Amino acid sequence: MALQDVSGFQDTPIHTSLSSLSTSSSPPTRRPFPLSHGTTTLAFVFQGGVIAAADTRASCSGLVACPSAQKILPIHSHLLVTTSGSGADCMLWERILAREIRLYQLRHGRRLSITGSAKLLSHMLHPFKGTDVCVAATLCGWDVEELFYVCSDGTRLQGELFSVGSGSPYAYGVLDGEVRWSLNEEEAISLAREAVYRATHRDAYSGNCVDLFHITAQGYCRRDREDLREEYHRKRERKDAGSHATSLVLTLGVGKRRSVEREKIQRGGVKWHGVE
Amino acid sequence: TMFATQVYGDNGKMKEYHYTGPVEHRFSPYSFNGGTVLAVAGEDFAIVASDTRLSEGYSIHSRDSPKCYKLTDTTVIGCSGFHGDCLTLTKIIDARLKMYKHSNNKCMTSGAIAAMLSTILYGRRFFPYYVYNIIGGLDEEGKGAVYSFDPVGSYQRDTYKAGGSASAMLQPLLDNQIGFKNMEGVQHLPLNQEKAVQLVKDVFISAAERDVYTGDALRICIVTKDGIKEETVPLRKD
Repeated sequence: MALQDVSGFQDTPIHTSLSSLSTSSSPPTRRPFPLSHGTTTLAFVFQGGVIAAADTRASCSGLVACPSAQKILPIHSHLLVTTSGSGADCMLWERILAREIRLYQLRHGRRLSITGSAKLLSHMLHPFKGTDVCVAATLCGWDVEELFYVCSDGTRLQGELFSVGSGSPYAYGVLDGEVRWSLNEEEAISLAREAVYRATHRDAYSGNCVDLFHITAQGYCRRDREDLREEYHRKRERKDAGSHATSLVLTLGVGKRRSVEREKIQRGGVKWHGVE
Repeated sequence: TMFATQVYGDNGKMKEYHYTGPVEHRFSPYSFNGGTVLAVAGEDFAIVASDTRLSEGYSIHSRDSPKCYKLTDTTVIGCSGFHGDCLTLTKIIDARLKMYKHSNNKCMTSGAIAAMLSTILYGRRFFPYYVYNIIGGLDEEGKGAVYSFDPVGSYQRDTYKAGGSASAMLQPLLDNQIGFKNMEGVQHLPLNQEKAVQLVKDVFISAAERDVYTGDALRICIVTKDGIKEETVPLRKD
């Protein structure tokens, strides 16, 4: 299988095509270029569903390779994956995951649960443990268990609040103080935006804009991407005006809601998007 | 502080910079051959431009080695980085295009070529092609499309992108002139073909001034629904 050759995985000692595996016995060739890393993504569960938010900066050891990357990828209308780690690894592995979930639905006639999707991703990444494949994804959706964190080092955790990436300590600081089950939708969205904003302010490898997704029983809705530079100017103005309103609930932004198409959904109860 | 004493050796010089111990030299299968590539997408056209200098270290191997390769009537790819991997990669893409044409009886679209290139590059995740690719062409609706890649296959569709040795210098200039970033109160005019070509020429002249690996000549490929037009413009040769 091609993947086996690529990863240098030997399953039988009679495997004679050693030339393709020779790269695994000698120390691996040093890459002369850096790969993209650095991000802030977060997701949490509350009474109105699941919120997922991420910044949009793809950095490549000091250079911003792309200021408008998309780090939250929808797999179907009720499952999103946030990506963190190496950009190419995340993009490809989530394409593979989307394909496998779709194949499961076609073969078994029902949607694979988020628990199952997380386990599937974790098992697919296991042969690459120890190599420099770096994928840290949170799967968010509408299911019995709504939020999973899967990492290429083998971690698979279910939880109610996760933040991943170089900016995650700053985001955790904001979220741990304010996240409650009883938040309403506007508060939850402004809290997620605030957490990403604080992380991008302090972390050099996160920045540019923030993407926000909200998942409910009807599917996910996506808010327009907001440039955090505006947020910074708004906060400066508020501080200069001497306002003491430090409550995060009041920082409502100008994002508009754009809802997913409510057409007749296929068997399995979800709407599929083309895998790009 | 405690940490600074580890950086300097007994002779007062920085340890990493003035290393005097044994060194193991390994054969490196990679080499950097320089060159800059640029692509811009317009309303009904796409431009892919590259310089034509092929260098290695302090030498110039060739002054006439363009980095744009025509793939189909509506798609051009620009590849810069290690020339050996550029050549092999374009051969592989040409072969895959032929296979697709024979199996599906139609040419690959720009988006399909981009998705295929992503999987080709990731197939060598642990011994990558040292190539920075940018695809420029027309999508199915006839609008200009630019797809930019990293060496292991991460890609996305853009309006404009610079890649290669002078990319860090050119990308901010493009952000300002085409994306109107960091400018207040300007009218966002859409880019027409003549202005785009002139901008590309100006941008490469600037790159040749400040980047040693960029220069000699500029090859511009303009992709429209009428086909691909090529233009060559001289740059500094020093």
